Amino acid sequence: MNPALQGLMTIIIGVGGCVGYFYFSNVVLDKFIFPATGINAGRNINRANQVRPWLFLAPAIVALGVYLAYPVFATFWLSLNKELPGKTYEFVGFANYQSMFGETKFWESMKNNMLWLIFVPALSTAFGLLAAQLTDRIWWGNIAKALIFMPMAISFVGASVIWKLIYDTRPDGTDQIGLLNALWLNFSGGPFSFLFLKFIPALLLLAFAAFMAYGIFIALKPLFWATDQRGKPQWWAMPLRAVVAVGCASLAWLSVQSVFGVFGAELPYGKAQTWLTIPFWNNLFLMIVLVWIQAGFAMVILSAALRGIPEETIEAAVIDGANPFQIFFKIKVPQIMTTLVVVWTTITIVVLKVFDIVLAMTNGQWETQVLANYMFDKLFRSFDTGVGSAAGMIIMLLVMPILIWNVYNARKEMR
Amino acid sequence: MTGASTRKSPLTWAVHLSALLLVALWVFPTFGLLVSSFRTGDQISTSGWWRSLMTQEQQMPAIRIEGTEAQKDGKFVIEGNLFENKGTIVGAWGTSSKEPKAFAPGAVADLGDGISISVLADGSYVMSSATTLKDVRMPRVFTTAQTPPDPTIANYNNVLFNPEAGQGVGQAFINTLTVAIPATIIPILIAAFAAYALAWMDFPGRSLLVAAVVGLLVVPLQLALIPLLQLHNAIGIGKGYMGIWLAHTGFGLPLAIYLLRNYMIGLPRDIIENARVDGATDFQIFTKIILPLSFPALASFAIFQFLWTWNDLLVALVFLGAGDKELVLTGSLVNLMGSRGGDWEILSTSAFISIAVPLVVFFAMQKYLVRGLLAGSVK
Repeated sequence: MNPALQGLMTIIIGVGGCVGYFYFSNVVLDKFIFPATGINAGRNINRANQVRPWLFLAPAIVALGVYLAYPVFATFWLSLNKELPGKTYEFVGFANYQSMFGETKFWESMKNNMLWLIFVPALSTAFGLLAAQLTDRIWWGNIAKALIFMPMAISFVGASVIWKLIYDTRPDGTDQIGLLNALWLNFSGGPFSFLFLKFIPALLLLAFAAFMAYGIFIALKPLFWATDQRGKPQWWAMPLRAVVAVGCASLAWLSVQSVFGVFGAELPYGKAQTWLTIPFWNNLFLMIVLVWIQAGFAMVILSAALRGIPEETIEAAVIDGANPFQIFFKIKVPQIMTTLVVVWTTITIVVLKVFDIVLAMTNGQWETQVLANYMFDKLFRSFDTGVGSAAGMIIMLLVMPILIWNVYNARKEMR
Repeated sequence: MTGASTRKSPLTWAVHLSALLLVALWVFPTFGLLVSSFRTGDQISTSGWWRSLMTQEQQMPAIRIEGTEAQKDGKFVIEGNLFENKGTIVGAWGTSSKEPKAFAPGAVADLGDGISISVLADGSYVMSSATTLKDVRMPRVFTTAQTPPDPTIANYNNVLFNPEAGQGVGQAFINTLTVAIPATIIPILIAAFAAYALAWMDFPGRSLLVAAVVGLLVVPLQLALIPLLQLHNAIGIGKGYMGIWLAHTGFGLPLAIYLLRNYMIGLPRDIIENARVDGATDFQIFTKIILPLSFPALASFAIFQFLWTWNDLLVALVFLGAGDKELVLTGSLVNLMGSRGGDWEILSTSAFISIAVPLVVFFAMQKYLVRGLLAGSVK
């Protein structure tokens, strides 16, 4: 049968079936099982109303259970087993995990995933915040917003094609058709190149290091100075502060180190580069694709949050003589902190699942492998269900803190 | 911010400029692909797309003279035009690769053996000889010319209607539609009922269920691939449309329930309680009151789900298969990138076909999309 026709029939059967199920199950409940007539009418109505929610929920619960909850446990079970020929399984305990931890490709994926986890949410949120700030102040802001938001509608694969054209390389001596190489060939090592490729990056790195130092200061402040603590401190506050401080310190140290790296590096001026094959940097080139897609999302949410800030708080700060930076960092950012966290975690989840971009652009070659693609490789190319499922459980484990945090917040809201 | 208005003008300009820069940065990549999809393969591989927007002067590829000779004034003559693109202006030309700019337009080059050739500024050429040109090896002409923009829609024709070139992009387009539409409609209905129950019906375990939905929002669907494929095989669905519709329904439900419940719980309590007092059943309240009022939320979820199913690669690869007949657009794009990574005219056109539908949906229904994002941003 023609798939289009089949689709049409599925819509009719599916929708009709759903409507029919909901309608007739209600009718059966009200007319036959607990009829609202006779001596038991009152009791029957109550009973029917106790059952009805479950009628409404049943299809959803079944679908959620089968398609999302069951697979988590099934994957965990598969990760503890080895698939033998003939679709039988042998329980092997954590052997799959052991063999996975022994693979360099796995650790490469972990390392790259961590890079993605740091850069993509940070850059997307930063660009989103910048775009929200800029577009909220101009008369053509809505058009600008729509255009920056547009990549959200583009598939990861489509975006990969778009960016692959930008990263394209032609042999030296012919016209470059990739935008990045065309720009690159304009640099020749003169003062202009020094400014753009050494001085400005170094400046940015130093600014980042300073920002991280400020982060350490904020995290450790209550340890050294008694501040006006509102409420009693939580038990997890201290370890969290320590973790944040250590993280900031290591990032600051890394960026200071990189400053020397930037000045010391010999750049291959005048030669067209195959960008996607340069280890480490190719990860960044892949990340840019996702940042390009997600910044619009961050912008939309943050722009709404910024508009929700009460005008009086800003006016009060202006009257008190705050400069624009103080207004932004001390008045606005604290008020949109929850939204920032939401945006950050949302993008983090997208990053943990990132698969299409890597598959389409490098397929994990040249040290760009990530967990989701590693898992896909194991499951559908090496047909190693055990190790593939183990990799899936690692992704699940990484998502877990966010899951718990979300559930915790949802329950708090409902009370 | 009235305080800032006194020193507004330089700052305002800076804001306008930076916003413009940001927008340009975000639009440029897509625009490049769009422009490329209207260029021929030769054009794409010899110059950057940004050059094609204006008249450019460049060294053209060598062109071998061809044509049938005619007799004119006792001479054998071949006449013709070097370029298909009318409006090309030849700046200089030559007959050897060593001296591609040897002659000015209108000059006559002597090729020896009594053969001469002349190229005019508009690209028309006259090659003449005292003897017949039948057995002579035709010369190549090198030109440096200014070419105006020359968009073509041949790529789209080729990719959509020529199965050889596009490797079935037309078929993939239909497949994608077949996947996306039922996978958008079915979860809405199931989720709407569930959301109503979670928002307005009282029963034990309700908050636990809501928490479960929130938790399931973030479960990576990667985990579902193998267990569900095994399940589908076990119950006889196997790989096919049925399986992928069910899978998309399952994966889309948490967001749908979450969005719709958040929206429904904000509807005014009075309406619902009045209806209850008037003797309406829950089923009637739902279909007559809640559903019509929830249209904005239904629309925003529908857009999400449509974009997601249209753009999805992983679920389609696993549950539908990777054969030529069952590929969706994203899958066929990945294949094209692998097999014909250098054929940018096919790749860019196919990519643009695949992103055209979501872009139209996006721009037409942006309002609902933004609303949905704001409501569901805990995901």
